[in-house]
Amino acid sequence: MASSFLFHNAKELLERCHEHRMPIWEVMLNYELQMSPRSKEEVFKMLEERLQVIFDGIDAAIAKPEMSASGMAGKSAPLLAVAVRDFKELDAGLLLNEAAIRAMLGAVATGENNARMGVILAFPTAGAAGVLPGVIYGAKFKLGLTQEQMVQMMLTASAIGIIIANTATLSGAAGGCQAEVGSATAMAAAALTEVRGKTPECSLHAASLALKNMIGLACDPIGGLVEVPCIKRNGIGAVFAMSASDMAYLGVESFVPFDEVVRAMREVGDLMSPKIRETALGGLAVTPTGQEVAKRMGLLHIGDNACSK
Amino acid sequence: MGQYTLFDIAGPIMVGPSSSHTAGAAKLGQFARAIFDATPTKVHFLLHGSFGEVYKGHATDRALLGGVMKFPPNDARIKNSFEIATEKGLHFCFEPGNMGPQYHPNTVKITLENEGRKMDVVGSSIGGGAIVIDQINGFDVHLTGNSAEQYFTLVIQNENQPGMLAKITGFLGKKNIRIVNMQSSFLAFENKVLSVLSIEKALTLDELLDLENEEGILFVRSLNKIAS
Repeated sequence: MASSFLFHNAKELLERCHEHRMPIWEVMLNYELQMSPRSKEEVFKMLEERLQVIFDGIDAAIAKPEMSASGMAGKSAPLLAVAVRDFKELDAGLLLNEAAIRAMLGAVATGENNARMGVILAFPTAGAAGVLPGVIYGAKFKLGLTQEQMVQMMLTASAIGIIIANTATLSGAAGGCQAEVGSATAMAAAALTEVRGKTPECSLHAASLALKNMIGLACDPIGGLVEVPCIKRNGIGAVFAMSASDMAYLGVESFVPFDEVVRAMREVGDLMSPKIRETALGGLAVTPTGQEVAKRMGLLHIGDNACSK
Repeated sequence: MGQYTLFDIAGPIMVGPSSSHTAGAAKLGQFARAIFDATPTKVHFLLHGSFGEVYKGHATDRALLGGVMKFPPNDARIKNSFEIATEKGLHFCFEPGNMGPQYHPNTVKITLENEGRKMDVVGSSIGGGAIVIDQINGFDVHLTGNSAEQYFTLVIQNENQPGMLAKITGFLGKKNIRIVNMQSSFLAFENKVLSVLSIEKALTLDELLDLENEEGILFVRSLNKIAS
C-alpha cells in the first residue's frame, strides 16, 4: 500500500513529515492531492490565486481608504500605511521593526477591506482573515520571500488549521475568538517558522506558543459586526505570531505539545458563556460605546454568528 | 464535517464581511436564479430569523440581490447590487418575517417573477458559506450547495402518475449520464411531483427539450455547476 499523507493531529503530522522526509507544507500538499481530484498544478494555481486576493485586498484598502457602513472601521490602515511609507523617519520613535509594522498594516488593511465589503480570503475565517495576510506581507519584506515560499507558508498554515478544526473548532460562535484569531496566530507562527528553514517540530512549537497565549479570548464583536475588536485584534495578532515564531526560531520550546494545547483550547471554549461566543451579548459588545453603535445600526440583540465560517 | 481539505481552511474567496450572512446569501440568490432559469423583473425576499434581524449590517440584502443577478460570493459588484438592479430594471424588496421554528435562523424565501413565470425558493445559509435549498415552489427538497458546485442539477416537475421516475432515470441512462443523487417530493394539493437530480454531465438543449416533451413531464430545468 502506498503510504498515506493524511493526518488528523500534530502527532500524525510529524509522523508523516518523518516518514516522507518532508516539511509540513509538502505533506499538506500531498494530503490535498490524495484527498482531491485536483492536480498539483491546479492546487498551486488555486493557492496563487488566493495569494493574489490577499495582496489585492491589502493594496485596495491602502490605496483607497473608506469607512465601513457602521463608521467604526477604516481609519487605522491609512495611519499604518504612513508609518510604512515613512518608516526611516519614524523608526527612532517606534519600538517594532519595519516587518512588524508591515504585518500590522497587512492585517488591519485586510480587516478594513472585509468590513467595507471588499473581496477577501477567509483564511481560516472571515473574522480572522487578517493575520495570515499580515505576516505574509511583513515576512515578504524582511525575508525577501518568493511567491513559491509564500504559497508554502499558506500550505504550512493550512495544515495547522486542519489540526485545530479536527480537534477543536475555527468558529467564534463555537469556541470564541481564541478559535478564530487564536487559531490564525498559531497557523501564522508555524508558517513563519517553517519558511525560515526550521523543522516541523520547531514550527509546531511556534504554533503552540502562539495558541497558548490566546486561550480564553472572548468573541465579543460590537453589533455582531466583524469590526471592533476584530480588525485591530488581527493586527496585533499578526505581530504576536511573529513573536511566537521568533521565540521558537531561537530554540524556545512549548512545554505543552500542540495537540494538548488544542484540546485545552476546545475545553476552554466549551466553558465559555454563549454571551462571549459571537452573540454580541457580552464583553466589548455590551459596553456603553458598543451598545450605542448597535442601537444606531439597528443591531441590538444579535443571536447569531457574524464572522465565523 | 468530514475530513477537511486544504481549501476548507484557505478559503473561500468572498466579499466581506461574513461568510454565513454575505457569502452564503449570495449563493442562495445565485441558486434561486439558476432554478428560475430566466431573467426576473421582480424579486421579493422574506428574511427569517437572524437574516431578518441583522441583514443590513452584514449586507445580506446586497448579497442576496447580487446572487439573483448571478454574482458569485467573490464578485465585488455585490457591494453595488442595489444600484445595478435598479439600472437593470429589476424590482426588489426585503421583508423580515417569521417562517416558523422548523427553519434554520439564516433562512430566506426568494420569490422571483417575470411576465411568464413565478417561482419561490426557500434556502438556508448554514455556516462557512455552505447552503441548503429547503423548498422549491412549496415542494420540500434538500439540495446542498456542495452538490451544486460539483455536479449539474436537474429540477423536474411532473404529474403524479406511475412510472414517471422510471421514465426520467431511463432517459438519463440512455444518454449514458450517471445520477449521483436524486430526491422527489410530492405536493398533495397540486397532485404533482418535483424531483431534484445531481448528475455528472449536462444535458444538451435538445435533450432537455426531448425530456420536457415526454408525456407527464411539466418542466425541466438544468442548472450548471454553481461557482463557489
